[in-house]
Amino acid sequence: MSENKRETDEFTGTETTGHEWDGIKELDTPMPRWWLIVFYACIIWSVGYWWIYPAWPTLSGAGERGGTVGSANWTQYTQLKESQAEISARRQEFQGEFDAASFAEIQQNPALFAFGIAGGRAAFGDNCATCHGTGGAGAPGYPNLNDDDWLWGGSVDDIYVTVRYGARAAHEETRFSEMPAFEDMLETGEIGEMARFITARAAGAEGSAQGAALYQDNCAVCHGEDLKGLREYGAPNLVDTLWLYSASEAEIVTQINKPKHGLMPAWDGRLDDTTIRQLALFVHSLGGGEE
Amino acid sequence: MTDISAPQKLFKKSPRIFPKRVWGRFRQIKWIAMVVLLGLYYTLPFLRWDRGEHAPDQAILIDMVHQRAYFFFIELWPQEVFYLAGIMILAAFALFFATSLFGRIWCGYACPQTVWTDLFVWVERIIQGDRMKRLKLHKAPWSFDKIWKMALTHTLWLVIGLFTGGAWVFYFNDAPTLLEHILRFDVPWSVLVWILSLTFSTYLMAGFARDQVCNYMCPYARFQSAMFDKNTLIIGYDAERGETRGRKRKSESWDDRGHCVDCTACVQVCPMGIDIRDGLQMSCIACGLCIDACDNVMEKLDLPKNLIRYDTSLQQEARASGGIEKTRLIRPRTIYYAMLLSAVSALMLYGLIVRSETEIHILHDRNPLFVQLSDGSVRNGYAVKILNKAGEDRLFRLTARGIEGLSLRIQGVGDVTPDALPVYADSVGHFRLFVTAPKPKDKRAEIEFLLEPVGGGDSPVYDSIFVSGK
Repeated sequence: MSENKRETDEFTGTETTGHEWDGIKELDTPMPRWWLIVFYACIIWSVGYWWIYPAWPTLSGAGERGGTVGSANWTQYTQLKESQAEISARRQEFQGEFDAASFAEIQQNPALFAFGIAGGRAAFGDNCATCHGTGGAGAPGYPNLNDDDWLWGGSVDDIYVTVRYGARAAHEETRFSEMPAFEDMLETGEIGEMARFITARAAGAEGSAQGAALYQDNCAVCHGEDLKGLREYGAPNLVDTLWLYSASEAEIVTQINKPKHGLMPAWDGRLDDTTIRQLALFVHSLGGGEE
Repeated sequence: MTDISAPQKLFKKSPRIFPKRVWGRFRQIKWIAMVVLLGLYYTLPFLRWDRGEHAPDQAILIDMVHQRAYFFFIELWPQEVFYLAGIMILAAFALFFATSLFGRIWCGYACPQTVWTDLFVWVERIIQGDRMKRLKLHKAPWSFDKIWKMALTHTLWLVIGLFTGGAWVFYFNDAPTLLEHILRFDVPWSVLVWILSLTFSTYLMAGFARDQVCNYMCPYARFQSAMFDKNTLIIGYDAERGETRGRKRKSESWDDRGHCVDCTACVQVCPMGIDIRDGLQMSCIACGLCIDACDNVMEKLDLPKNLIRYDTSLQQEARASGGIEKTRLIRPRTIYYAMLLSAVSALMLYGLIVRSETEIHILHDRNPLFVQLSDGSVRNGYAVKILNKAGEDRLFRLTARGIEGLSLRIQGVGDVTPDALPVYADSVGHFRLFVTAPKPKDKRAEIEFLLEPVGGGDSPVYDSIFVSGK
């Protein structure tokens, strides 16, 4: 490569760039006209675009996060706000009626029921699925909301209270109960005997007399003399086939020694009342809802 | 040596064709075909067909919003869209059948491209005059006369395009209502987009692209040769009789020369701009206008007609050797196509006849797969869809079998029971179904659902599963 040696190529009649590598020269073919037209059109278009739409970032400005707004006064933020306003306007159509109606009335009204279930399903996915699972099937320690076993009651009103105020949550109205830790109160053998008695009864057998006596002295106040639990205390039924943690004797011993206590947060104040009512209806409709 | 400096042309500019006016039998058929076909296109959406209060009363309607298609007594749901495929196949076979019998009659008389181009050429002729005047105007420099004639032609073309696009949207909406809205300039953007894009495409295809559509865009023109044989009707020039062609002086006798006087009338009237005397060619759309043109000339010369005529290759060969060959309409090719055509028709007819008014779809819940209940029994959830294709509200009874001790429950509004599931006329009913049963032996047991309309009728069965363990 050396000094400028631009010349006209004899075959094409086009100028070369003056570059040469081992006898190979590069043609300086001009851009096709159509390409240039499109290119210039794009430049003109972009100027118009800057003028009409938000285009330039600035440190502060009329745009939500700074930046030019453009003559059309359109930003994605305003678009989002418009969409949100549209959604709440559409909800408004049902919301007033929904808020005024009782759960019993809603359950007889197809439009309001559909409104409740749709909102409830969305809110459940956003807020509840983390612990209870997207299908509400729960996990060890997190109740399955599909079955018919309810710690605090399975009517829509009960569910509403649980969702709104939570259980063992930081709210004045929260549902509260705590199973005491028996490891310091009873002998290890006594706890084992009690656990054996409970598993025997859950399996349909009679259980030992010693176990029965220990149960009646220590557990019956909350779990009931018949072992079927008491919803006033959120005390689980011990003789059905469903266990919040595990049905194994070892796990029951652990739970008597040092009980784990789940925490259901209170959604009062975090979700509006309409959403909480929708959630209650949705959970109730999963299949285990009671009258 | 090849001159490589000469720039290669990648595009062959087609000359504009100015077909001359012509009178005759085939021109008449074309006029009639145009009036009938355009008449059908513009008026069919306004035809009414009573289907009762639950369905629209438009004879032909594709209702995108409500996902229904209506064709007189036939009503189709989205999942029956395969009928559309059937109609396409039918149309294709009908085209093949007609082609093997009569050649390209579709191209010549019925194809929208032909019909609209014909209409546009007619408009052009009314305003700008016949072939010679149009040619002259085309070459003339811009003048007041040229400007107003061109402006009027293009305006009328656009108006026809507008009506074309305007009629199209009627097939997808209630025509009288939409017409009222259009007259008030109150139409949704979707309708407007369709009207304008079809206006533009009509203007472009029939005003400018014309013969190029048939030559370069249409696949049918390319593969038609696959359907041709020696018995297929084609437009043929009788070279045996016509050659040697040439101008004829009055004094000259007809002996020792052909009947073709080389007046090029056949070329001037051709909408494709070809010379039929060159023989069968891809561009020929078999419209027969050259036959009319030639017959008119032959009449003036007191010669027999049919120098150009509907012909078959077999007859052409036979005449060359002095014989006469009869055109055979029934031959293997036409029999095959007829058989295929009737088979597809029969299949579709069968489908329409046995089409049930009731359909059921049941989807087993995936999350959770099953629910263990406190008494040890198991519950499964299902999403049930009942398709009531009848024109009346109906009640359905849903039962299940295959699992011992099962019970059914509907979760939803009011007091709906599986014994009486209400579904509105011509719609889909959605229900949430719970099946509860003592835990079966199999973790995945078969369960069979039966749906009976309470008033009687087809009772579809649906197989599903009942899960009770992982």
